[in-house]
Amino acid sequence: MTAPAETPPITARVEEKFPGAVTASHQQFGDETITVAKDQYLAVMTLLRNDPTLKFNLMVDLSAVDFLGQSPRFQVVVHLKSLSLGHRLRVKVGVGEDGPEACTLPTISKLWVAADWYERECFDMYGIRFQGHPNLKRLLLYESFVGHPLRKDYDIHLQQPRVELRPVRERYDYQNRNLTDPSETERRPL
Amino acid sequence: MKRSNLPLEFGAEPMDIEIGPSHPAMHGITRLSTRLDGEVVTAVEVEIGYLHRGFEKECENSTYVQVIPYTDRLNYVSPILNNIGYSLAVEKLFGLDVPKRAQYARVILGELSRISDHLTCNGAMGMEVGAMTVFLWYVKAREYLWELTEEVTGARLTHNWTRFGGNANDLPDTFFDMLEERLKKVEAVLEEGVKMLFKNKIFLDRVKDVGVLSRERAIEYGFTGPMLRATGEPYDLRRAEPYLVYNELDFEIPVGTVGDSYDRFLVRHEEMLQSISIIRQAVAKIPKGGHYQHDRRAWLPDKTEVYGSIEGLIDHFKVIMEGSTPPKGEVYQAIEGGNGELGFYLVSDGTGKPYKCRVRPPCFNFVSALPEMLIGHYVGDIVPIYGSINMIGGELER
Repeated sequence: MTAPAETPPITARVEEKFPGAVTASHQQFGDETITVAKDQYLAVMTLLRNDPTLKFNLMVDLSAVDFLGQSPRFQVVVHLKSLSLGHRLRVKVGVGEDGPEACTLPTISKLWVAADWYERECFDMYGIRFQGHPNLKRLLLYESFVGHPLRKDYDIHLQQPRVELRPVRERYDYQNRNLTDPSETERRPL
Repeated sequence: MKRSNLPLEFGAEPMDIEIGPSHPAMHGITRLSTRLDGEVVTAVEVEIGYLHRGFEKECENSTYVQVIPYTDRLNYVSPILNNIGYSLAVEKLFGLDVPKRAQYARVILGELSRISDHLTCNGAMGMEVGAMTVFLWYVKAREYLWELTEEVTGARLTHNWTRFGGNANDLPDTFFDMLEERLKKVEAVLEEGVKMLFKNKIFLDRVKDVGVLSRERAIEYGFTGPMLRATGEPYDLRRAEPYLVYNELDFEIPVGTVGDSYDRFLVRHEEMLQSISIIRQAVAKIPKGGHYQHDRRAWLPDKTEVYGSIEGLIDHFKVIMEGSTPPKGEVYQAIEGGNGELGFYLVSDGTGKPYKCRVRPPCFNFVSALPEMLIGHYVGDIVPIYGSINMIGGELER
């Protein structure tokens, strides 16, 4: 696709606030898209949510794409929508698997609650860890599952053993369990 | 009204109850670990994944064509809407034009599908609080509609009907003959539902002011569709970002005020009436013409060409062996599904298989918000609230 003659307003606004944060942008098939640097990701997302000219109040979707063999390997893709202003934006951010911060990205679940489960699913499927996430554990698969199935190097024919039936006591794990309260940790016999 | 602020007559130590995954009210596949204080829910943990089939992984290893029948199995009470959503996404990627008649046909069958989705949900909502009759009547009405779609597609549930560039077949004359009679029957059933439930004290007590989620919180949670409209936010993709021919049709967007189970019920009920009106308008306006515009990159050629010409044979071979090959790029296409914004995000690397085929499932957000809706209610309210969110396992866990 050919590059548009002028920068679309949303991309321009982000570039104005954070010069250098947008590393690439396109409007292929009419979907406005920006790629942002990883270290500016959280700041850009905060701007997109709170800026009065942008107002992206609906986080539509969060997922990732595995570009095996490229660097950075993963691309986390977030789709945003503004209900009051009616525009959409796709935000992409590269996540590499080298270095001390391999496969990590700051969470945006503090900005949109909806991101909570989407990030859990993304972690489940791609092994990308979202720093600061309140409850980052597998969502669709089970705890003893080995590997992350949507990675391109995960063989589609691979089979994993069945899970042993776990006692109820081990499965119990509430989000808002208060571990300091003795009545919370000592379970009643069933 | 949340019950958490009511004083307990007798102090009781917390009790844990596991609801599901194998429980009739959990629609098969969700597990709720609840902690109760007396009868009041104080903590909920939702566990999903029992119906996870690896849809996205399977799509990445199939050609674009092979994904269509699989989309039927996403939201299995409104399969054609999934077909339409996926086909629109691929058509956007290819840049294909769909003939007007095919677009109208998609609107008609899509709205029939939406009615069957809402009938299932509203009927089940009645059933959850003991009104079994309403459920049976609504399922009967759903059967009238499925016979209509069977007339067009040959299947009651898994239609596999859309193609890239049109539909598998045109709407037959028998379909139009049956349609008006069937719509009248469905309207009659809905009228019976009004009489059975709308002034029924038992039903109202169980759904009014129960499972409330405010407009702000619903947007935070990414709600779309009837669940969001029940809170008062008039967001409907058919109006906000018109696709197909929705901008040529006249319809209202019903909204609720409180955002409780009852509002969701009413919004879905009104949407069914609106859908019936849309179908009538579309039938009156549907133009003559082809139901399918062939593009040799996208779909198999006609069988007479395959057997009659070498080019047709080669095209057929290429689409079967390599798949349809769209240009490189990425595309997001959302439609108003039965539950809300049903989005397809495709990444193409120029080969015959999608590099990434992501489905944005609308009821994913609803289930993630369950703890907030349930905490503070009685344990007996879990089932009606759960029924009001219309959780469909196929699209939730893919």
